[in-house]
Amino acid sequence: MNPRALPVLVLAGLGFLAAMAFPFLYVTPNRLLSGEPYSPHVVALALSWAVLASLGVLGVRGSRVAVALLAWVLIAGLPLLASMDAHALLTTAAASARVPLGAGFWLMWLSASLLLLDRLRGVRTSARIVAWVGLLVVLVAMSMGGTFDALALAREFHAQRGPFIDALLTHLTLAATTLVLALIIGAPLGWWAWRARRTDGAVVGVLAFLQTVPSLALFALLIGPFAWLARAWPALGALGFGGTGAAPAVFALVLYALLPVVRYTVAGLGAVPPEAREAARGLGMSRLQVLSRVQLPLGWPVLLAGLRIVAVQTIGLAAVATLIGAGGLGRFVFLGIGQGANDMVMLGTLAIIALALAVDLLFQAILAFTERRP
Amino acid sequence: MKAIVAPLLLVALLLVLPHSAPWFHAWIPTLSHPLYTRTSFLALTLSHVWLVALATLVAVAIGLTLGVLATRPAGRSMLPTVRAVAVIGQTFPPVAVLAIAVPLLGFGAAPTLLALTLYGVLPVLGQTVAGLDNVLPAALHAADGMGYGRWRKLWDVELPLAAGPIMAGVRLSAIVGVGTATIGSAVGATTLGSPIVEGLVGNNTAYVVQGALLVGALALSIDGLLGSIERRIRRNRR
Amino acid sequence: MIEFDHVQKRFGEHVVIDDLSLCVEDGEFFVLVGPSGSGKSTLLRTVNRLVHVDAGSVRIDGVDVAAQDVETLRRGIGYTIQSVGLFPHRTVGENIATVPRLLGWSKADIGARVEELLALLKLDEPGIADRYPDTLSGGQQQRVGVARALAARPRIVLMDEPFGALDPVTRESLQASLKAIQRDTATTILFVTHDMDEAFGLGHRVALMLDGKVAQVGTPLDLIRHPVNERVREFVGGARARLRELAVRRVRDSMRSGEVADGDAVDGGSSLQDALGAMLTQGRDRLPVHEGGQPAGAILLADLVATRE
Repeated sequence: MNPRALPVLVLAGLGFLAAMAFPFLYVTPNRLLSGEPYSPHVVALALSWAVLASLGVLGVRGSRVAVALLAWVLIAGLPLLASMDAHALLTTAAASARVPLGAGFWLMWLSASLLLLDRLRGVRTSARIVAWVGLLVVLVAMSMGGTFDALALAREFHAQRGPFIDALLTHLTLAATTLVLALIIGAPLGWWAWRARRTDGAVVGVLAFLQTVPSLALFALLIGPFAWLARAWPALGALGFGGTGAAPAVFALVLYALLPVVRYTVAGLGAVPPEAREAARGLGMSRLQVLSRVQLPLGWPVLLAGLRIVAVQTIGLAAVATLIGAGGLGRFVFLGIGQGANDMVMLGTLAIIALALAVDLLFQAILAFTERRP
Repeated sequence: MKAIVAPLLLVALLLVLPHSAPWFHAWIPTLSHPLYTRTSFLALTLSHVWLVALATLVAVAIGLTLGVLATRPAGRSMLPTVRAVAVIGQTFPPVAVLAIAVPLLGFGAAPTLLALTLYGVLPVLGQTVAGLDNVLPAALHAADGMGYGRWRKLWDVELPLAAGPIMAGVRLSAIVGVGTATIGSAVGATTLGSPIVEGLVGNNTAYVVQGALLVGALALSIDGLLGSIERRIRRNRR
Repeated sequence: MIEFDHVQKRFGEHVVIDDLSLCVEDGEFFVLVGPSGSGKSTLLRTVNRLVHVDAGSVRIDGVDVAAQDVETLRRGIGYTIQSVGLFPHRTVGENIATVPRLLGWSKADIGARVEELLALLKLDEPGIADRYPDTLSGGQQQRVGVARALAARPRIVLMDEPFGALDPVTRESLQASLKAIQRDTATTILFVTHDMDEAFGLGHRVALMLDGKVAQVGTPLDLIRHPVNERVREFVGGARARLRELAVRRVRDSMRSGEVADGDAVDGGSSLQDALGAMLTQGRDRLPVHEGGQPAGAILLADLVATRE
C-alpha cells in the first residue's frame, strides 16, 4: 500500500460512513417542527466514496490527480445535488415545508474538503489557489444564481434577510472595534512591558487572570458598572453606553484581546536579537530608527500572527455577547435555540464559522503578502 | 503558593453567598429575589465541575491517542490532516459547537457534554502533536541506538519529554470547557451559568453577580491547579 | 570481530557505501576517518542496524547482524553521537543506567556500575549523579554519554564523532580517558572522525574512507609512510604527515641507548613531538631519556629526522 494512501482511506471511509449511516436531507412540515430523513442517493454516493478509496490505494501515476479532481467535484456538486433534491421535494409539499441539510451532507462535505486539502499538499501554490478560488467562485455564482434557493438555509436567509445583514454588520463592527482598540491600548502596553522587561509583572498578571474568567461571566459582570455609568453621566447614554448592549461587550472583548496583543507585541519586539539591535545602534541609528527599520519589519509578522488569533477569538466571543444584548450573529443562534427553529440556529452558526474562517484566511493572506517583501 | 488563593476564594464564596441576601438587598433594594435559590450554589458548582471533568477526561483520552497515532511512522501521512483539523476546529467558536449539538441531542446536559468533549479534544490533540514532534531528535536517535523498542521509547522517552506541552493543552481544554459549560446553561444544563442566564433574562443583577463571582473563582482555581501541575512537569524537561 | 562483506548502500541515486569490505579485530581501537560525505558515519550505523545495507552483509563474530533481533543487538553495542542525546528528563545516574535497566539488571548492580563509571570517566563532583544534563558542561555531558554507552559492558562500542563539538583541551582530556579505558577493558571500539590528528592519536588501525570506499587501511605509521596513492597522501597531510608522525612515534624507539646528555630528561614513553618541544624549550639539540625514572639513553635532534623502518 503506498504510504500516502492512509489519509485517502480514512477520509473516504468517513465519507462512505456518512453516506450510509446519516441522513442526506430532512423534510420538515415547517421551520419549527422536526421532520423525516431523506437520503435518495445512498448507493451512488457510497459508490463514489468506494471509488475514491480504491484510487487512493492504487497509487498509480494519475490517481492522485483523479482523487483531487473527484474531491473537487464533490465539494461543488454535493450542494448542487442537495438543491436539486430539495427542489423536487418541494414541488409536491406544502408551502411552509422546509428541506434542511442533514448530518450526512455535512460530514461528506467535510471529508471531501479535507481530502482536497490533503491531495493538494505539495502542489504549486498557484495551482492550489486556483483550485480553492475556483471552488469559491463556482459556489458563490451558484448561490447568487439562485441554485440553492430550495434549501432550508437559503429560505431562512431570504425570510430573515434584513435582520441577518444587521446582525452580520453588528458582529463585524464589534470585532473590528475590539481589534482596533486592543491594538491602540495593547501595543504601547506591550512596548512598555518589553522595555521594562516586566513580562511577568502585575499588568500582564491581571490580563492573564482575566483570560481564564468565562466570557459570559465577564460580560454579565460588566452590565452593572456600565448601567451605573450611564445613570451618572447621561451623555454617555447617547453614545450607546447603556447597561446592556455594545458598550460592556466591547469593553470585555477588548480586555480579552489585550493579553494576546501585549504578549505578541512583546514577542515581536524580542524577535530581533539584542546583538542585532546593538549593531544597528552602533551604525548610528536612533532608537526610533531601530524600531522602525529593524524591529518593525522583523517583529511585524509575529504581531500579525497574534492578531490573527485575537481576531478569530473575538469573533467567537462576540457570539456570546448577544446574551447581554449586544446583538450580532449570536442572536440568531440563541433565538433559534429558544424557538426551536433549527434553520435559524444553523444560519447563525454557519455564518459565525464562515466569518471566523474568512478572517483567519484573510490574516494568513496578509501574513504571506508581508513576508514576501524581504 | 499563589495557586491556593483562588480555591480559598471559591470556598469562601460558597460559604458566604448563601447567607448574603441582606447585602444584595441593601445594594439593589428593588429586587424581590436578591438571592438565587433554585439550586444550591454548591450543587451548581459540583455539577459544573463534574461536566468539565468528565468531558476533559474523555477529550484527553481521545486527543492523546489520536496525537500519538498521528506521530508514529505508520500514521505520519495523516499528520497534516490531523493538524489541519485541530487548527480549523479551534477556529470554530465553542458556541457554534454547542449550537450544533442541540438539534442532535435536545436540551440539557447532553449537548453541553458533547460540545465540551468535541471542543476539548482539539487543544489536547494539537499540543500532543506539537509536543511529540518537537522532542529532542538527538535523544530519540540515542534511544534508538541503545536498543529501545518503539513502544517503550514512547512511554519512557517521548511522552515524558512531551508532557509539558501536552499538559498545557489539557489546561487550555479545561479552561475553555469551564467557559463553554457556563454558556451551556442557556441550553438547559445545570451549571454556574444558570444564575447568570436567569439573571440576564429576568433583569436580576444580583443573580448575575452571584453566578459570575462563583464561576470566575472556579475557573481561576482550576487554572491555578492545572498550571502548577504543568509547571512541575516542565521543570526538568528541555 | 566485525566483518563488512561487500557492503553497498545508496540513498536515492547517490551511492554512499560502494562495495566495501573490511575487518575489525577484537579488542582493536579502529578509526574510520575521512572527509564529510565519505560514508563513514553511514558505515558505522550499519553495525547496529540504524542503517540497512542494500547489498552485502555485516557480521559480528560470524553472525549476520540482520539475523539477530534488533533490540537485543543494540543493547549489546554501545553507541555515542556528537550531540550526545542525553535524556533531559533523567538525572545523570538514570541516563547512565538506561541500558542496564532495559536489560533488567538488579538495582544493586546498576548502582554499583554507575559509581564505577562515574569514577572511570572522571565525573567525580559529589552529587553529580543526581543532577540533570542541562546543568553540565559540554565536556561533562559527553563523558556521561560515553559512560552510558559503556554501562552494560558491551564488547563493541560505536562512536560517531563524539568529541567534535568540544574545545581542544576537553577533547584531549576525553581522548586520553578513552584510550586508557579501551586499553584496560579490551573493548572493540569503532570510532568515526574527520580529524586526522585525532585518528592517528587514538587508533591502533585507521581506515581512510573516500567516496564510500576504503582508500587505505593500516596503522597510522603505514598511512603516513606508505600512502598508496596521491589522494591518500594528500589527506594524510603531505609534508605535514611527517610532523604528524612525530606525534605517533615514541622516544624509546628512536633513542640511542646508553648514551648520556645534559638537560631535563624526557620519558621514553612520550612522543617525539614532546621531545622536540622539550628541546626547543631548553634550547638543546640532545636530551637524556629516562625509563621509569632511570637513565636509559639520549635522544638527538638528528634522531627525529632520521626515519626508522
